[in-house]
Amino acid sequence: MSGHSTYQPHSPFMQWFERRLPIAGLVYSSFVAYPTPRNLNYWWTFGGILTFMLGVQIATGIVLAMHYTPHVDYAFNSVETIMRDVNYGWLLRYLHANGASFFFVAVYIHIARGMYYGSYKEPREVLWILGVILFLLMVATGFMGYVLPWGQMSFWAATVITNLFSALPGVGEPIVTWLWGGYAVGNPTLNRFYSLHYLLPFVIAGVVMLHIWALHMVGQNNPTGVEPKTEKDSVAFTPYAIVKDGFFIGVFCIIYAWFIFYIPNYLGHSDNYIMANPGQTPTHIVPEWYYLPFYAILRAIPSKLLGVIALASSIIILAFLPWLDTSRVRSANYRPLYRQFLLIFFAAVIGLGYLGSQEPSGGYVVAARILTLYYFGFFLIILPLLGLFETTKPLPHSILESVLRKGVPIGASPPPPSGAPG
Amino acid sequence: MNPHRILIGFVLAASLSGMAVRTASAQEAPPRQHWSFAGPFGVYDQAQLQRGFKIYREVCSNCHSLKLLAFRNLADPGGPGFTEAQAATVAASFQVTDGPNDQGQMFQRPGGIADHFPPPFPNDQAARAALGGKLPPDMSVLAKARSYEAGFPKFIFDAFTEYQEDGPDYIHAILDGYTDPPAGFPLAPGTQYNKYFPGGAIGMPKPLNDGQVEYTDGTPTTVDQYGHDVAAFLMWAAEPTLDTRKRVGFQVMIFLIVFTGLLYFTKKRVWHDVLHHPTG
Repeated sequence: MSGHSTYQPHSPFMQWFERRLPIAGLVYSSFVAYPTPRNLNYWWTFGGILTFMLGVQIATGIVLAMHYTPHVDYAFNSVETIMRDVNYGWLLRYLHANGASFFFVAVYIHIARGMYYGSYKEPREVLWILGVILFLLMVATGFMGYVLPWGQMSFWAATVITNLFSALPGVGEPIVTWLWGGYAVGNPTLNRFYSLHYLLPFVIAGVVMLHIWALHMVGQNNPTGVEPKTEKDSVAFTPYAIVKDGFFIGVFCIIYAWFIFYIPNYLGHSDNYIMANPGQTPTHIVPEWYYLPFYAILRAIPSKLLGVIALASSIIILAFLPWLDTSRVRSANYRPLYRQFLLIFFAAVIGLGYLGSQEPSGGYVVAARILTLYYFGFFLIILPLLGLFETTKPLPHSILESVLRKGVPIGASPPPPSGAPG
Repeated sequence: MNPHRILIGFVLAASLSGMAVRTASAQEAPPRQHWSFAGPFGVYDQAQLQRGFKIYREVCSNCHSLKLLAFRNLADPGGPGFTEAQAATVAASFQVTDGPNDQGQMFQRPGGIADHFPPPFPNDQAARAALGGKLPPDMSVLAKARSYEAGFPKFIFDAFTEYQEDGPDYIHAILDGYTDPPAGFPLAPGTQYNKYFPGGAIGMPKPLNDGQVEYTDGTPTTVDQYGHDVAAFLMWAAEPTLDTRKRVGFQVMIFLIVFTGLLYFTKKRVWHDVLHHPTG
């Protein structure tokens, strides 16, 4: 149970090596002896799942890149060649395309968990900001990857998204021309997107290392939000966290496999099986599902420039969360009001996602505006004020105490006897 | 914690999202058909693919290309089940453009097994010129490039019931969807009314009529049957590895479920003392 042993190499070779490059000791202290709070629930396995998904995406992506041709005339057909003539090419492509979706499923759950349990609060601000940077990098990488098959949605998504920069006054048009490498989305655009789509995952991997480094500096948060105080509050990463993460990665993979093997095109858009045609606009341009809430925010605002600013702010604002939330209590389990506002916030994001997939007309626009207002109101009004006025529940003195109480927060009413009004 | 208030919040947000009633589309949703390749154990029906190929060859190929398919694909496992010799015979019945030869000229020769299906027109412009300005889409991935919106909440159930046959359903519906236009429907010259086609006015004249393509195996020669057969063929053309995918998928699922189960029991064992003797 002790999480504080240190690496003692037994073999003479490892002793010799450790004096020169203490990498085994680093791995031991980070992934074997590293103490993790004993009360972590399964929402905490998504960090491991994300690392796993990054590995899957890089591994499948490297092989796909060996067969893909980044040229407007050949890109679409080279993807079809992968599907038809490359050994298990269909598997690689479906793993990669659905992998992007599942990467985003995991990251959204990971972010939601951080928000629910207040994982962004002191001393984890830098850890959180690195996470927001990772999310931004994922958004950019995912978008550029979607352009590569050069279907109709690829082309028009690239056109719509790059055109957003034209809203910037004065510098907008030159920036868009610069991004395109021409006067329209074309071969230079596809080539640079391919180059960056290959580069950014390795940038992500680098920032992931910083993210894990920062995590191991401050330690993991936990469902109580109370820092571990004694050794009894923690268990060692190996075997406890590893086997728990491993089990849930397995569960995650079952759902992932369901999509890959049985409904591989469910999350895609059928128009992307039509080769890009600059002369024909699809009736309804929609981004991939994981961008829909942000797309809804963009379209909710009548001015293009303000819409773009709102779109960018909706992600950037996350970086300021540690300072917008004024409460000293971390976990939503001990913040009854915050918990309700937060769950409504999650519902609002899902609602925005649905609205992003619909035609922007009539009642949909009104609904999108109300939900956008709530999105920003949550961060800018509710969070700062809530910390000042909310009465929080008493926190347990230690993680162990909360475990002994079987997770019932102190001060919470005991389970009602039968017949009593709930 | 009061779960009711959370529920109210969710309902409020959900009803906001659904506030506007979607304007009813004039077009009908294609009825869902039964397909041999649907579901976790779905496989293509070899005889059906052969009939579908016959329809493609005799009818569709007059206007529609199938550029991504090679003649050798007809002999691939999981496909229509031609022998290599049969596929070569089919290939030889097509003329493909090759060249340039030693004189610098392009020339025509009978197709070989490695050749792709030659398009019916030399280029898109020629197709448009011959067909009143309309370009018939290439059929290679058509069955995956056509869909229709299932709508909420049906699209959520579709993920669980493994519904992925929206393309073939649509193709079957289009072939069966030629009806008289509703009164007052403005039909542009050169178009026909089709109750399943987005917008209603389709450029393609009704391609298949009862009895048009002869079947030798006693299968009914109706438009409905033709629609099933050619849609199945086009699904195979779009996704020739479907049989393999579902077979491998089942193996992967069995492995993952067993492996995850073992991990679960390992986890239970490893955590036993931590959970049951927390102070020990």
